[in-house]
Amino acid sequence: MTTEVGSESDVKKVPEVQQQTAPASAEPSQEESPSDPEAAASLEPSSPPADGGPKKEKGISRFLPPWLKRQKSQSQDKPGESSAPPKQESVEAVQEEQEEKHGAGAATASTEQTEEEKSIGSADTQPVREEKSEEKEVETKEEEQVIPHEASGLSALKLNKKMKMVVCHVTLLDGSQFSCEVEKRAKGQYLFFQVCEHLNLLEKDYFGLSFKDNAEQRCWLDPTKEIKRQIRNSQWQFAFSVKFYPLDPSQLTEDITRYLLCLQLRQDIASGRLPCSFVTHALLGSYTLQAELGDHDPEEHRLDYISDFQFAPNQTKELEEKVVELHKSHRGMTPAQSDAQFLENAKKLSMYGVDLHHAKDSEGVDIMLGVCANGLLIYKDRLRINRFAWPKILKISYKRSNFYIKIRPGETEQFESTVGFKLPNHRAAKRVWKVCVEHHTFFRLVSPEQPTKTKFLTLGSKFRYSGRTQAQTRQASSLIDRPAPYFQRTSSKRISRSLDGAPVVNVSDYSQAAGAGENGPALELNSDSKSQQVEVVEEPDADAATSISSETAFETDGAGAPERKSKLRVQGENIYVRHSNLMLEDLDKTQEDVLKHQASISELKRSFMEATPDPMPSQWDKRLTGSPATTLRLQAQGSLEEELTSLFLSKACFSGLAGSCSTAAAPAEASKVSAPPASAEVKPEVNGQPEVVEVVEETVVIEEVVKAKPKSPAPEVPATVETECAAEVKEERSLSSDSDSEEEAEYHAQPPTTTTHNNKKKQEPEEEQEAVLIQQAPPSGIESQPITEAAEPAPSAEEEKPAELPEEEVHADEPLATPDEAPNGHALQAKAPPTLRAAPTEEEEPHIVNGSASRVEAEHLPQVICCSEPPVVKTEMVTISDTFAAQKTEISTKEVPIVHTETKTITYEAAQLDGNGDGEPGVLMTAQTITSESLCTTTTTHITKTLKGGLSETRIEKRIVITGDSDIDHDQALAQAIKEAKEQHPDMSVTRVVVHKETELAEDED
Amino acid sequence: MSGFGSFTHAVVRALPQSLAKEALRTGSLEVDLLKAQEEHDKYVSVLKHRLGLEVVELPADEALPDCVFVEDAAVVCGDTALITRPGAESRRKETEAMKAALTELGLSIVEMTDESATLDGGDVLFTGREFFVGLSMRTNQRGAEILADAFKDYAVSTVPVQDRLHLKSFCSMAGPGLIAIGASEAAQKALKIMQQMSDHNYDKLTLPDDLAANCVYMNLPSKGDSALRLLLQVFEKLKDHMLIPVSNQEKVKVDGALTCCSVLRI
Repeated sequence: MTTEVGSESDVKKVPEVQQQTAPASAEPSQEESPSDPEAAASLEPSSPPADGGPKKEKGISRFLPPWLKRQKSQSQDKPGESSAPPKQESVEAVQEEQEEKHGAGAATASTEQTEEEKSIGSADTQPVREEKSEEKEVETKEEEQVIPHEASGLSALKLNKKMKMVVCHVTLLDGSQFSCEVEKRAKGQYLFFQVCEHLNLLEKDYFGLSFKDNAEQRCWLDPTKEIKRQIRNSQWQFAFSVKFYPLDPSQLTEDITRYLLCLQLRQDIASGRLPCSFVTHALLGSYTLQAELGDHDPEEHRLDYISDFQFAPNQTKELEEKVVELHKSHRGMTPAQSDAQFLENAKKLSMYGVDLHHAKDSEGVDIMLGVCANGLLIYKDRLRINRFAWPKILKISYKRSNFYIKIRPGETEQFESTVGFKLPNHRAAKRVWKVCVEHHTFFRLVSPEQPTKTKFLTLGSKFRYSGRTQAQTRQASSLIDRPAPYFQRTSSKRISRSLDGAPVVNVSDYSQAAGAGENGPALELNSDSKSQQVEVVEEPDADAATSISSETAFETDGAGAPERKSKLRVQGENIYVRHSNLMLEDLDKTQEDVLKHQASISELKRSFMEATPDPMPSQWDKRLTGSPATTLRLQAQGSLEEELTSLFLSKACFSGLAGSCSTAAAPAEASKVSAPPASAEVKPEVNGQPEVVEVVEETVVIEEVVKAKPKSPAPEVPATVETECAAEVKEERSLSSDSDSEEEAEYHAQPPTTTTHNNKKKQEPEEEQEAVLIQQAPPSGIESQPITEAAEPAPSAEEEKPAELPEEEVHADEPLATPDEAPNGHALQAKAPPTLRAAPTEEEEPHIVNGSASRVEAEHLPQVICCSEPPVVKTEMVTISDTFAAQKTEISTKEVPIVHTETKTITYEAAQLDGNGDGEPGVLMTAQTITSESLCTTTTTHITKTLKGGLSETRIEKRIVITGDSDIDHDQALAQAIKEAKEQHPDMSVTRVVVHKETELAEDED
Repeated sequence: MSGFGSFTHAVVRALPQSLAKEALRTGSLEVDLLKAQEEHDKYVSVLKHRLGLEVVELPADEALPDCVFVEDAAVVCGDTALITRPGAESRRKETEAMKAALTELGLSIVEMTDESATLDGGDVLFTGREFFVGLSMRTNQRGAEILADAFKDYAVSTVPVQDRLHLKSFCSMAGPGLIAIGASEAAQKALKIMQQMSDHNYDKLTLPDDLAANCVYMNLPSKGDSALRLLLQVFEKLKDHMLIPVSNQEKVKVDGALTCCSVLRI
């Protein structure tokens, strides 16, 4: 049970050694745990730990007694899981370092660089810092229990003094408590798997763990992230519940899964979250009785035998009588059959599986957003006023406390429209966004999106659903081949009785026998409790992913590999035709089903003649997923803070002409970096080209969209390309995507090429959205930028791209991102940021261009090339919160057309601007300003590439403006930005970080 | 497919003399009371004899000229009857007799007591899977909310109705999962909205005349599929159905459609 933390303390003592022995272990791309859901299965001891793991151990092993080493290997899953976070912390530390140095003077850049590269490279030093912060946290958390590892004995205690275990309490669906010790830095999935194991549950993908955050909102625990980071200061108290309500529970493979779903639904019904009529309450209640008590026994079951059950939010005597009456009619039904009947009726309820969130429309009217398997539902009071099926939704995003969906244009409409909703706060907006992303992926996609391998610029949340999709889980379930597991239906009755002292089951002393006796007939004696082996069968992700097609029988016109191939190709051509067999309307609810349901209810009518259903308006509120009990805070945001961060990444490669580089770099900023001699990696030029010194500066600027408008002179627009830019967050791999700095995020609802269900709904247009896709073709790194730009209409740009590629091969090892996975960074609209010196300018004549440009670059001929791409004006109908769009009678008077302007300028200028070699031929400087804007964020990346004689320098300046509620953790945001910058350009270094903070009181929209 | 449309009872109400002169109408046509009476008798007789429903006939009330259009006074689904609050002031009292009759039938009664709510049954389309409520001159949001409360099992979506009196002035269910819809712009617009709002897929049967889209579909064990249809338009796609033509010309003059004249219960 030795955990990594323990070993880290050793590292502390020998940081130097570690640094030098394992500098290579820091490959950023590897430290994030694979998003592949199966790979993540931490239960498998063999799951490969992140890269740093083994190396670390190697380094540390010298200091560990052999027996301890062995233990470690047994618990390797943990290190593997938690490897990502440490990286992040190290970045923080680096940031401090940098700030310091920055203060001290830019002249020290070269040393900084050295150090930084080291720190990037040496994962082993990270734990040390992490430890510090951990210590702090320990002090603040009362509920955490520091449990020295008993097994390690005294010496181990010493060694592992930093290892901390925390007891997690999980409320199970039957109301009982499950406690489990987890390592403090364990990820969500560790705990989740513990719970599933305890429950003997294999079809676990429908379930999840949730917790209450500080604001008492219920949040889902992300399995891929550390628990501690998610719950922050909240209790280590979780609830196990259904996350995705299967559309057709009869398709579940195991009864135990259905049973758990029943328990969840009973809870939903009793709490009022799932409203139903009197008749349905009675019917469902009767199935509950049959399942848990067996046949009605007039001797044993007096009228009051059910008074301990809760069938409805406000249970009346009358209801109980009906329930009993119906119970009698179910004689002979087995518990499993009763559960199945229960589910058949429950699944038809209109609010089944609908996750409700409070929101307001543009006019401030209170509405509810309901996320469900088929899409997004909009309710006003109890009425459905609109509905957006997944196929209709092109993009989901949030910005601050607003949540947006971009709607596919209808048959008659020309433009996409965006509908915005106001959530109570930023967190709520993010929460609904996440739920949408997850539901879309789970129910509509065949497999989760693959994480991008590289990122160029990323902003916002990189959150993605990484678990199995419904298609995958069905596939996996079909492989389950174990005898039906034994499980005990805990009588609701008993549970309610034992609420004061709910049974606490510990992992260690888990005994399957719980209450028995009482349940007599209801017990399912399905023999055997052997399930572990089966689990293995389920694990292989590969199987699940690949075999989907066979099971679900959808059109496989291009799943998996083929699809990717085409994407790549498309990328080259700058065209991405969106595949649109999205029509995934689920038809699980067939007419017959519904009618049957109706019939089944109507059968009961006679016995219910006198029943009076009581309307319970208040029930509605209870349905709120987020907050069963609490109301959302609808406060306006406090203050708007802006943080401006500039990161300078620079990388210098010299082959020999080191001396000259500094001059070549000409640009002012470049000079600071120019000193980088020895420490910089030496990169021999393959082409025999002169050495290239690359100084990369990144500036990420986030601005309001409004600001962009003035910048794009409409007349200049030659071609209107709908570019949607922005911070697209396609990766799941981000280390700390949970940070508050993600003020926004977008999610493109990519239609799967293969659909999970047969969709029959034909009304959805199937046209491809080329414009959007173009934008989605993200450059995966610097080298891919050219490609992205090529996508732009400007012919000149296109030609150059290919030429540029070879030169920018710094990142060559990074795979190209597929178009839809692109990080937002590929900014599509480049805007010349005023702050940058190199910034070329829209004024430069666009004439030179194409052919010549590319050739020039390839040949390194001295030429001055200036091409300025005309700004692209994007026009889009933005209907803000027009929830009534569907119902609009007059043709959208409310719809306010908003012109979205985006400009892109790509300029290649002569070096004279640098002050280096005035207009001298032979010097080519490439400046690219790339700006991506989303509704809320603007990222400006300025890349200056100088190629002169013996060296080329690329400088990327990133300006990041972080705007958000007062609860932003600026340090974290900064750390995140730096970390991302470094991840994106692993071979460059950050030379300067400028933090500029502005706080203004925002008269917020709320 | 069983269940939908299998009615057992029907509630109708006799024509008052005052219908000819005082009944509310959107046009200004004269009503031939005699002819109207004839049509109504035929209608009731079809329900009673041809379809074998148990028909409850309420007496006319001269003070309520529109009382023959019982559909507006109540919405029945399953074992629950929602007694409405009709949008027209002059019709509010029509619900009293209806409530008594439905209580008599053993339905559990939900009343719309909210003073701000209005709802005409003619604006309520129950498809077997969900409700659509037309927001019209006679029905408002609040009324729809109360309906949603009364029938919690089902989704209730609202649909704006323009240029027509009621939602069912241009549509109705012509079979399980089959919506009969008029060809007019207003009707088509409403259909689009309904399709967008629904999780289900409906077939549609478009009829050139909006009024023809108002029919009564029944699926009776003894009779097979039946559809009461108006005038002579042929439901070509409904070959399986037994079509029972019923003339309703006179009542149409006072905006009465076929469905208006009965409240059916399963």
